[in-house]
Amino acid sequence: MAELVIKLPDIGEGVAEAELVEWQVQVGDLVREDDTLAAVMTDKATVEIPAPRDGTVAWLGAEVGEKIAVGAPLAKLTVAGEGDTEAESAAEPEPAREQEAEAAEAPAAPPEPQPAKVRTKEADAEPPVSARPGPVLGGSALPRPEGERPLASPAVRLRAREAGIDLRQVQGTGPAGRITHEDLDTFTKGGTALGRLQRRTEVEEIRIIGLRRRIAERMTLAKDRIAHITYVEEVDVTALEDLRGKLNAEDRDGLRLTILPFLILALVRAVEEQPLVNALFDDEAGILHRHAAVHVGIATQTPGGLMVPVVRHAEARGLRDCAAELARVTAAARDGSARQEELSGSTITITSLGALGGIMSTPIINHPEVAIVGVNKIAVRPHWDGQGFVPRKMMNLSSSFDHRVIDGWNAASFVQRLKTLLETPAMLFMEVP
Amino acid sequence: MKELSCQLLVIGAGPGGYVCAIRAGQLGLDTVVVEAARPGGVCLTVGCIPSKALIHVAEEYAKAAAAAASGTPFGLHAPPPELDLAQAVSWKEGIVERLTLGVAQLLKRAGVKSVAGWARFRDGKTVEVETATGPQVIRAENVVIATGSTPVELPALPFGGKVISSSEALKLTRPPERLVVVGAGYIGLELGTAFAKLGSRVTVVEAEDRILPQWDRELTRPVAKRLETLGVEIILRAKARRLSSDATALVVETAEGEERRLPADQVLVTVGRRPLVEGWGLEELDLDRDGPFLRIDGQCRTSMRGVYAIGDVTGEPMLAHRAMAQGHMVAEILADKPRAWDTRAIPAVCFTDPEVVCVGLSPEEARATGREIRLGQFPFSANGRAMTLGADAGGSDAGFVRVVARADNHLVLGVQAVGPGVSELSAAFILAIEMGARLEDIAGTIHAHPTQSEAFPEAALKALGQGLHV
Repeated sequence: MAELVIKLPDIGEGVAEAELVEWQVQVGDLVREDDTLAAVMTDKATVEIPAPRDGTVAWLGAEVGEKIAVGAPLAKLTVAGEGDTEAESAAEPEPAREQEAEAAEAPAAPPEPQPAKVRTKEADAEPPVSARPGPVLGGSALPRPEGERPLASPAVRLRAREAGIDLRQVQGTGPAGRITHEDLDTFTKGGTALGRLQRRTEVEEIRIIGLRRRIAERMTLAKDRIAHITYVEEVDVTALEDLRGKLNAEDRDGLRLTILPFLILALVRAVEEQPLVNALFDDEAGILHRHAAVHVGIATQTPGGLMVPVVRHAEARGLRDCAAELARVTAAARDGSARQEELSGSTITITSLGALGGIMSTPIINHPEVAIVGVNKIAVRPHWDGQGFVPRKMMNLSSSFDHRVIDGWNAASFVQRLKTLLETPAMLFMEVP
Repeated sequence: MKELSCQLLVIGAGPGGYVCAIRAGQLGLDTVVVEAARPGGVCLTVGCIPSKALIHVAEEYAKAAAAAASGTPFGLHAPPPELDLAQAVSWKEGIVERLTLGVAQLLKRAGVKSVAGWARFRDGKTVEVETATGPQVIRAENVVIATGSTPVELPALPFGGKVISSSEALKLTRPPERLVVVGAGYIGLELGTAFAKLGSRVTVVEAEDRILPQWDRELTRPVAKRLETLGVEIILRAKARRLSSDATALVVETAEGEERRLPADQVLVTVGRRPLVEGWGLEELDLDRDGPFLRIDGQCRTSMRGVYAIGDVTGEPMLAHRAMAQGHMVAEILADKPRAWDTRAIPAVCFTDPEVVCVGLSPEEARATGREIRLGQFPFSANGRAMTLGADAGGSDAGFVRVVARADNHLVLGVQAVGPGVSELSAAFILAIEMGARLEDIAGTIHAHPTQSEAFPEAALKALGQGLHV
């Protein structure tokens, strides 16, 4: 048995100390090699410090919140066999290789905090200077100090001058930060600029085929034919979120409810008041097909692009049924197993960018439908309740309608109904009068 | 009056001017070069080349004389040598002749028109040349001033009679019996050493407190030692006052403030060189100055558009290779190539005995940058080849190679050396610096054995704490 001192490794260029933010072990814990012992935070990153070997934690060198200098003892492990020396010889060659590979592959990379396990023993060891990996001698990613002359051979200097390249802007990956011909190549290809933006001139041609082409055609059709009107309203979803949270906390069947099944229910109810919005407009024949069934299309991002799987007959489904069907068809669309009838036949569509949702959008109607409801991101915003500002969870709905057949008044009434239902979620579950 | 126009007019065909003209000609520029004397400038005619010829002759003579006087460690004995210095001078002149003719031919081959005569500016684009066949006006789109430098004259010791400059010293057909050299810079010591070897009794007077005051003290120690063995008397902190009234001695004021008579058959004044900024119409151009020199920027442009300046007239170091590089660069700039002065170092070589080389930063200069540095020094007394050349005698005074590097990344910042023949090692030193070599690069390069060049990687190893042969 022996004691192995784990020192705070050199976790990045210019970092002299780091704040201990977490201990993941306690004295007496058994740890395996690579188990995380602690996390330290620099102003650049949080770095996990792994155990270099199997052992038992014998001593912790700092309290959470304390600053530790690089090279200072962090913890001690009781390990089998010999202590520090053995660990060094076993582990030293590997980091050197890793570092070289890193330098070769990514000369442009800024100095990443080194994988701590790699460097943990280095503080103990003093390997030959020339063999020692690290930013100082390798220079692979050393930013050049301000005002220091770039180091480059005369040939590189000449080439740079002829190419109009200011070598001060070029990252040198050679020894001592020397700028190599390869660095110039990388620079001219638009990489490794130090500080200044580079112009890029290449143009990639991407053929629009398959699903993407279909999406393009459908969007063109919709934009060409439909006179869109977009109406944005904010909805206070505090109560709804409260309800959703509680329902999810019950977790009856492992089905996690999103906001969408609630919205589907609200749609079904609102459509009862404004049935015109749940319709298909055959503009060539001049006939609006008003549907009694509410087949809700869900705009879904799939690996291939946008698809619209359909929750059919939402009017005949309860909340959890909607949620389950929604989950099933969207999953099917994403994994490519959706059948054609699951991807068509919607009478109204919901589009949601989820957490990315922004504050508003201008959704494009899924032709030949006449309405689409866009869900924007929920955010806590100050709300004037008549006496003061209170934090409320607010969500915008950005909804587009086909103004050829839907008047602004109908559109607004429909959205206001949705708002009322969503703000008072109990109304979603009241029996239809 | 004859008139000529061209794209480029180069004034002065010294190393800077002729290189500029040749390169410009190669690049298709319509180029004219004006030179009052022979092409090649000070370097070829009264500087680098002839002085090295004289130094070589003196060294050969000294070796033979030493073999005659006391034999050699390896058993070579010879009768006392005789030197016909007049023949040596004409041999030297032959070399100079070949080289200047060579330059003239190179200029011709590059399509450069040479005009012999003294040029004088009328304005920034027009020059009038007094030629053997009458005045000639040359109009040029661009002008390169490469007028060079001239030895500094001491007011109390004007050149003439016994008081000579280096130019005259190189033409002496008999070694003066007693030579007093004023100024222990590299020119004075190179020539003083040569004449000492040729049999003159040499005294060197220097105002500073050591010889080669511009050079690193450690580097100059072996030189001082050798001067001592040659019997050269060095008088430091002394000022040359005047020639004695009977012109047989130089009167100097010693450090103690006393006057001392130094009997002299010749007084060689080598107190430096100054840029040649008069006599060619600088006053017509009103160019900005940098002290006595013409002010230039990183592309050798003066304060007047289309007027460039290169070489000694632009400042220190006044060295031929600097002028050549500037001339080359300016020609390419004028051919619309993107160029600027971006070399890291200019090597300086002192052909004393032993030779001294300085490349890049000295330890003091490197420390002055505020960086941690590493030094590695390797003595020639531990170098096999130096021993076989008989160049190891004198122990620590046999010379050394010293490397100066950054402590953090081992980048070589400077290399200095002193020792027999180290001038040729300067190539390796300057290449290392221009290529951005680190100590490991030098140490990891196999140097041929047995050569004196091995001292270079050995010094690098020492700087790394891994010295092998010491």
